[in-house]
Amino acid sequence: MKKKSKVVSYNKWGYIFLIPFVVIYLVFQMIPLFSTIYNSFFENYRSGLKQIGPNFVGLQNFITIITNGDLPTYLKNTLIMWILGFVPQILLSLLLGAWFTDPSLRLKAQGFFKTVIYLPNLIMASAFAMLFFTLFSNSGPINSIMLQFGLIQEPYQFMSHIWSVRGLVAFMNCLMWFGNTTILLMAGMMGIDPSLFEAAQVDGATATQIFYKVTLPLLKPILIYVMITSLIGGLQMFDVPQILTNGTGDPMRSSMTLIMYLNKHLFSKNYGLGGALSVFMFIITGILSLIVFKFTTGEDKD
Amino acid sequence: MKKRVLGLLLSMTMVAGMLTACGGNANSAASTGASADGNAADATAAAAPAGDEGKVLNIYCWNEEFKSRVADHYPGYTETDATSGKIGDVTVKWNITPNENNAYQNNLDEALLKQADAAADDKIDIFLVEADYALKYVDADVTKPVADLGITDADIANQYKYTQDVMTDSNGKLKGLSWQGCPGVLIYNRAAAKDVLGSDEPAEVQKAVADWDTFLKTAEQMKAKGYSMTSTTNDAYRVFSNNVSGKWVQDGKVKVDANIMKWVEMTKKMVDAKEVGSTSDLWSDDWKKGFFPDGKVFCYFGPAWMINFSMSADEQGSIAYDGGWGATEGPQGFFWGGTWICAAEGTDNATLVADIMKQLTTNKDIMLDIVSKDSDFVNNKPAMEEAATKDEYAFKPLGGQNPLAMFCNGAEKCDLSNQCEYDQGCNEEFQKAMKNYFDGNATLDQALEMFNSAIVEKYPELKTE
Repeated sequence: MKKKSKVVSYNKWGYIFLIPFVVIYLVFQMIPLFSTIYNSFFENYRSGLKQIGPNFVGLQNFITIITNGDLPTYLKNTLIMWILGFVPQILLSLLLGAWFTDPSLRLKAQGFFKTVIYLPNLIMASAFAMLFFTLFSNSGPINSIMLQFGLIQEPYQFMSHIWSVRGLVAFMNCLMWFGNTTILLMAGMMGIDPSLFEAAQVDGATATQIFYKVTLPLLKPILIYVMITSLIGGLQMFDVPQILTNGTGDPMRSSMTLIMYLNKHLFSKNYGLGGALSVFMFIITGILSLIVFKFTTGEDKD
Repeated sequence: MKKRVLGLLLSMTMVAGMLTACGGNANSAASTGASADGNAADATAAAAPAGDEGKVLNIYCWNEEFKSRVADHYPGYTETDATSGKIGDVTVKWNITPNENNAYQNNLDEALLKQADAAADDKIDIFLVEADYALKYVDADVTKPVADLGITDADIANQYKYTQDVMTDSNGKLKGLSWQGCPGVLIYNRAAAKDVLGSDEPAEVQKAVADWDTFLKTAEQMKAKGYSMTSTTNDAYRVFSNNVSGKWVQDGKVKVDANIMKWVEMTKKMVDAKEVGSTSDLWSDDWKKGFFPDGKVFCYFGPAWMINFSMSADEQGSIAYDGGWGATEGPQGFFWGGTWICAAEGTDNATLVADIMKQLTTNKDIMLDIVSKDSDFVNNKPAMEEAATKDEYAFKPLGGQNPLAMFCNGAEKCDLSNQCEYDQGCNEEFQKAMKNYFDGNATLDQALEMFNSAIVEKYPELKTE
């Protein structure tokens, strides 16, 4: 009898240790989430010094967002730029991860390289975007260099072409995040039992075969994690394109992301439309994450 | 299965968490970071404020211009650090927020709405407004009428009428004063003028830019010699947008004026002929490169403040530093900007505010000092007409030319009756939208449509055509 009560009293520490998380989650995430949904049913904005609303308008905000046709465009832009950046990023990370964890390569100065590839992530995204904006401006160094080598006859206007802007955004995102992804994948790869590789080698598998048949399948949980976090991060893409295009998403808003669009509504403190847009984003992100999750976990039913 | 549910739950939580994270609004008033040291021993002030007034003077503005005017010309002002100073025993706190994308307005609105509840030392005492959005504050009761500060009509009789008209509310009360007048001129590169037109005399250059047709012809000549006519597509914008026949917003509807469409048409022609430096924004690096000889830009449109304040006049090697600019009337008269000093309702430093206004906008000696030191055009008609004839008021960046007569002329014609409170948003968004058309990324209709949707995002209460 006495012994049993002791077990229970240990258990309570579990709950006590959970309190900080639960409290922070409730205050900073749960409450804002519900207040966002609540706000989305109201007309509520500021025009100069005049406050308009809040007036209850039911689903009017949602209808406005669906009917003005902006949502699909910006979702498409966001996804295009995410995919453009994510595909090279994951390939690069897989390659680097495989190299770093392969004991037979005996890479020297690993610590140095791991630090260097992570460095771009330490720069503030806005500073990074400013840097690129200056580098690629019409009178910037990149144009000067290309002019000097005679590659082009007149400055190429990077910021005035759809694909150069999208490409730059994707490139910057890739550059900023590939180090992070590499480290995550390396952790996954190092967690794989080395005896499996040895067994494969003994059975005569080539390095490529080992990578595709052993490493990749066993890396799946980490890959799913990387995919989902990167997708969510990608849908929230904001600072890089915002600074690079000065908030316009030009040319013709082809690089305007969903969050940049949301930011446009916050300009007039339009909590109603902004809230409705956020609710849509919540749903979209949820659905996409589910798809990724289903897609990548679907086949392990053996 | 359990694991999967858990994973799903976790990832959903994460989605929810990450999404809500961006709902926050980080538009808190920028802290000025000034430290009010209680050391009030040095009383060098010319105007000692009444004893019962506040010890902190909060000034909201969007750049360093007004600050340097106060620092250089207001008697008794001493600078403590970059964001604060002292007048007698009153600490002056500068709250500077950049103008672009209405950031200044939004920050100011936020603070003004809290004005009633703010502690006396945190209340805004002075804020500045620009022509583009002056009206928003003129008809609002956040601005104190100038008469309530004890400034009489006789005090301000010498000011240009237009600077007062625009700041007069619907009840006929004047709400703000300006020290400057902002009629614009065409500022041209003398070296380019000599090279292409054969002369850098203002009268000769004027013949080449007398109207828009000759302006375009000159642009062709400039192009042939490797010069851009203007630095960016937006340079000539103000000249057109100030000569419109109606306001941007009429009866809650946004209307693009025919004259602004003329700007679009002309600019597109020039862009296609590669006669314009770039389609970048004003104030961008590409815009500024014309301030230096290598930029090879023939002209800018601007008022007096631009010559001194914006054109890298104190940077060695710039055209302005070497006095290489000239000024002439250009194709059409226009104005750009103009800064008005407004007293905020609820200020606890009324006497000091009134004195700053009086000194800077009515004191002839101080104003003439501004002209000679800062090459500004001040809001004092008799003084300006007198100075226009004197060589000592010549502008150094203009190579010793005295453009004041030209500005006097322009100030007489300034007409701000087509201004409205939405101007800044409309002007910025229109230029941004048209950039796509100039770059060839959109048809004119698509660009106009984009302008419309951007306006509705900015001002949800407006309708578009």
